[in-house]
Amino acid sequence: MIYSVISIGSIGIAAAVILYFVAQRFKVIEDPKIDEVEEALPAANCGGCGYPGCRNFAEATVKSAHDSKHIEGLNCPVGGNDVMSQVAAILGLEVEESKPMIAVVRCNGSRENSPQKVQYDGPATCAFAHNLYSGEGGCPHGCLGLGDCVASCAFDAIHMDPETGLPVVNDKCVACGACVKACPRNIIELRFKGPKDRRIFVSCVNKEKGGPAKKNCAVACIGCGKCEKECKFDAITIENNLAYIDHEKCKLCRKCAPVCPTNAIHELHFPPKKVRPPREEEAGTEPAAPKAEKKEEKKEE
Amino acid sequence: MGILKTFSLGGVHPPENKLSADKAIEVMPLPKQAFIPLNQNLGAPGVPQVQKGDEIKVGQLIAKGEAFISSNVHSPVSGKVLKVDNVVDPSGYKRPAFVVNVEGDEWVESIDRSPEFIKEIKLSQKEIIDKIHDLGIVGLGGATFPSHVKLMVPEGKTAEVLIINGVECEPYLTADHRVMLEKGDEVMVGTSILMKGLGVKRAVIGIENNKKDAISHLTELAKNYEGIEICPLKVKYPQGGEKQLIKATIKREVPSGKLPIEVGAVVNNVGTAFAVYEAVQKNKPLIERVVTITGKSVSKPGNFMARIGTPIAELVEKAGGLPDDSGKLIGGGPMMGKALLSLDTPIVKGSSGILILREDESKRVEMKNCIRCARCVSVCPMGLEPLLLAQQSEGEMWDDAEKDRIMDCIECGSCHYTCPSGRPLLDYIRLGKNKVGQIIRNRGKK
Amino acid sequence: MLTVSGSPHVHGDSSVKKIMYTVVFAMVPAMLVSVYFFGLDALRVLVISSLACLFFEWLIQKYLIKGPVTISDGSALVTGILLAFNVPSDLPAWILIVGAFIAIGMAKMSFGGLGKNPFNPALVGRVFLLISFPVQMTSWPEPRLLFGGTASYPDAMGGATPLAFLKEGLKNNSVPELMEKMPDMMSNLIGFIGGSLGEVSAVALLLGAVYMLIKKVISWHIPVAYIGSVLIFTGILWLIDPNAYADPMFHLLTGGLILGAFFMATDMVSSPISPMGQIIFGIGCGVITILIRVWGAYPEGVSFAILIMNAFTPLINLGFKPKRFGEKLKAA
Repeated sequence: MIYSVISIGSIGIAAAVILYFVAQRFKVIEDPKIDEVEEALPAANCGGCGYPGCRNFAEATVKSAHDSKHIEGLNCPVGGNDVMSQVAAILGLEVEESKPMIAVVRCNGSRENSPQKVQYDGPATCAFAHNLYSGEGGCPHGCLGLGDCVASCAFDAIHMDPETGLPVVNDKCVACGACVKACPRNIIELRFKGPKDRRIFVSCVNKEKGGPAKKNCAVACIGCGKCEKECKFDAITIENNLAYIDHEKCKLCRKCAPVCPTNAIHELHFPPKKVRPPREEEAGTEPAAPKAEKKEEKKEE
Repeated sequence: MGILKTFSLGGVHPPENKLSADKAIEVMPLPKQAFIPLNQNLGAPGVPQVQKGDEIKVGQLIAKGEAFISSNVHSPVSGKVLKVDNVVDPSGYKRPAFVVNVEGDEWVESIDRSPEFIKEIKLSQKEIIDKIHDLGIVGLGGATFPSHVKLMVPEGKTAEVLIINGVECEPYLTADHRVMLEKGDEVMVGTSILMKGLGVKRAVIGIENNKKDAISHLTELAKNYEGIEICPLKVKYPQGGEKQLIKATIKREVPSGKLPIEVGAVVNNVGTAFAVYEAVQKNKPLIERVVTITGKSVSKPGNFMARIGTPIAELVEKAGGLPDDSGKLIGGGPMMGKALLSLDTPIVKGSSGILILREDESKRVEMKNCIRCARCVSVCPMGLEPLLLAQQSEGEMWDDAEKDRIMDCIECGSCHYTCPSGRPLLDYIRLGKNKVGQIIRNRGKK
Repeated sequence: MLTVSGSPHVHGDSSVKKIMYTVVFAMVPAMLVSVYFFGLDALRVLVISSLACLFFEWLIQKYLIKGPVTISDGSALVTGILLAFNVPSDLPAWILIVGAFIAIGMAKMSFGGLGKNPFNPALVGRVFLLISFPVQMTSWPEPRLLFGGTASYPDAMGGATPLAFLKEGLKNNSVPELMEKMPDMMSNLIGFIGGSLGEVSAVALLLGAVYMLIKKVISWHIPVAYIGSVLIFTGILWLIDPNAYADPMFHLLTGGLILGAFFMATDMVSSPISPMGQIIFGIGCGVITILIRVWGAYPEGVSFAILIMNAFTPLINLGFKPKRFGEKLKAA
């Protein structure tokens, strides 16, 4: 009995000693700041910063602070300004406040606006359907509605609306960019969230000429240029029959939206406009009314 | 006859349904408007040589293929060019095409329109290749590879055998069958021309055993031509695949990632051989082809000689009109054809047939879990493991997919056809091939 | 409205349901023969096992997973019948139900349902019962023929299976002595021997196996490799010392070898996918079966051998790929 105690005990002690020396010999020297920075990060490991995981982002920030004495270009979209200011504090640096961004789905080709012309039968992935054909509504640039963006989101921020067949982004979005990469047609874009969550954008990425575009979808951008003329801040450009509002230049003055003949420009979370006397336009009716409805819908999300 | 030759790996037996096998070729009347895409071949599109408002004649060069792998396009109709614009193609995307208002049927003078059969080949090997290049001949089997490129054997390789693909393994399609029966002599001369162009002394015409009349007809004719043998083949899909055909006829396997010239073979479709005859002996460019319109509900299925650019709707009208219970329109055969979005698309050089499936035949089988029965493995003619490749494509494991040879897949659809769980194997594999192909191309650029 | 999808646009007529019910049909001769040899007890076991398996699959799919219920595809029925084939006919119903729960609930559903189980569910159930209820699982009843009378059965054996008798007997006697006491080859073939429901009658099982081969539900690779390696291995042993080792025919016709080789090792979900891989799998099963039978503690090794090789299947799949087109020339 005593022999077994001695033998097992001595094996244990020998193993402990060996392990101690090995641990010391193969110790990895790391800057303790990396651990501190990692502590401050949200640990979502989403890749939104462009690095594979929070640990790598922490290493990159420490390296950048050490080498170039700044952390410009490094931003954690999930943590936002709070986290970045903490990280800067740990590293003893100043950091610029970045404006919060959000993913915006730039297509309004719902079942109502872009009626179904054929039926798709196959795997429910946009990547495959995009290679196969143009889309159930016929528009070769529009949303396919099969949900690759929904599947890619790690924050439960984007969901498919079953009635319209389009994805809808909610407040949980941290602008990590996963859905932007997932969409094979580049419909989703990261834009500034805007003060009070307000933003204006062209909800169309169709590059076809007016005639074919409208044939497929009632609310397509036809590249007519009326919005470009209206904008006093040079924020709107027309290229390839498509209008684009630059979110850095847009001042949210709301002058462009009412002049769009197809209601392709969306204004989110604005108060309803005072109703003006109806103008003679192709749309025919008051531009304010249909938009008010859309705003209600989006506010509920 | 003994045991018929065939390829050894894989293969399936879909029901043949050759509804239009005994229908003679009918010439289609001219359309009122023709839509001629600039790109009707594998490779780069042609550069337009005419513009809006020009008057053109049949056989006139309207687009020039300037890249190495590119092909000329000649006008199949005479009339006025309405516009050179983007026109919807079968997949719903837009491609540039000529839109021509057809007026009359005036042909370019240099084309010999007489029905006289010319057997003697007067051109030299180089002249043959140039003629085929100039007159826009592409592979009519469906892949539309420019034929003159196939005849130009690269440095270090030798061509030994020309193989003519008269297999037509796809169910429903009968265009090649009728060409072999009705234009047998022309096919034989076309084969001889290709042999001369390639510089080989031996040609093998592979024909599946369900076309016994074509086999006996061509075997009879082959007695008058040197070096051409007819090889009846067992009915098995995809016997018409290039690599499978080479294995069955001359027992050689093309290595992975390489072209048939590696084993000394060049494969051409029987329709291409006919087009080559017309090009070399009659100076006629590729402006029309035989198209099969078929389907169980179609009232008058048949084979039609139609000008390129004819809207498909007109051919379907000739075959009795679009049936009420149509569920799917397929350009090509049921195994590898593309589903069309509407009939508003034109016939192009690669259109071998239009198949109209009924509503009840159009829906897919319900998808279940993979039961790892490995039937897909046993039917794959390239010896791949489709269940694994589909899983890797779904899971975005592109490196593993490349190692497991996803790029070897010929997209024949046998795996998808056999799967008892109804899994969309080929869809995922195609997605995988797309992504892996991009990765390989990006690697090459670096 | 027109439909758009990727090619191919037609589908063959194979389906999971067809495959499963073909297997069930192939097991009918063995089911009938078991009822003949073991009486209505056998019918009781078959019915309880099948119903229990179907019930548990329905219960788990409907209430636990809350997904679609797929009991009509026949896979649970196949598991139920195979489980019944692997137990003695006098097994109490409650033990059988526990076995069904383990087979369906643990070995199949917990991994994700049809197509995801790494081990053969019926065998997992059977082995679980064998280890948890060793007494009930190894007390074999004497065959009581359905229409009365007893089989021409050597009394000395009782209801023991020939393999169990052999293992016990080898402690004191030599093989030829034991062979005299056991039923002759013809009885082994037809089924006048003790054992579990499905393993006794080689003839009935072979009929079903031939049917499955004709219908292409299974391929020849695994059964031939399995049985071939058993015959070769036992042949070598028997040639070395016929007094200590039984002859190959004995090993072939007794125990669950034919049942295992044709119906259980060939379970598609848990066996390799390439032909060469399947042959390796079969050989592995054969070798391990004989190792257990001759030198192991248990008289019968088929269940354990198959389960052990199931564990190797992913590795075999990685190592043995099917013959690729154009492979020969690539090496050149």
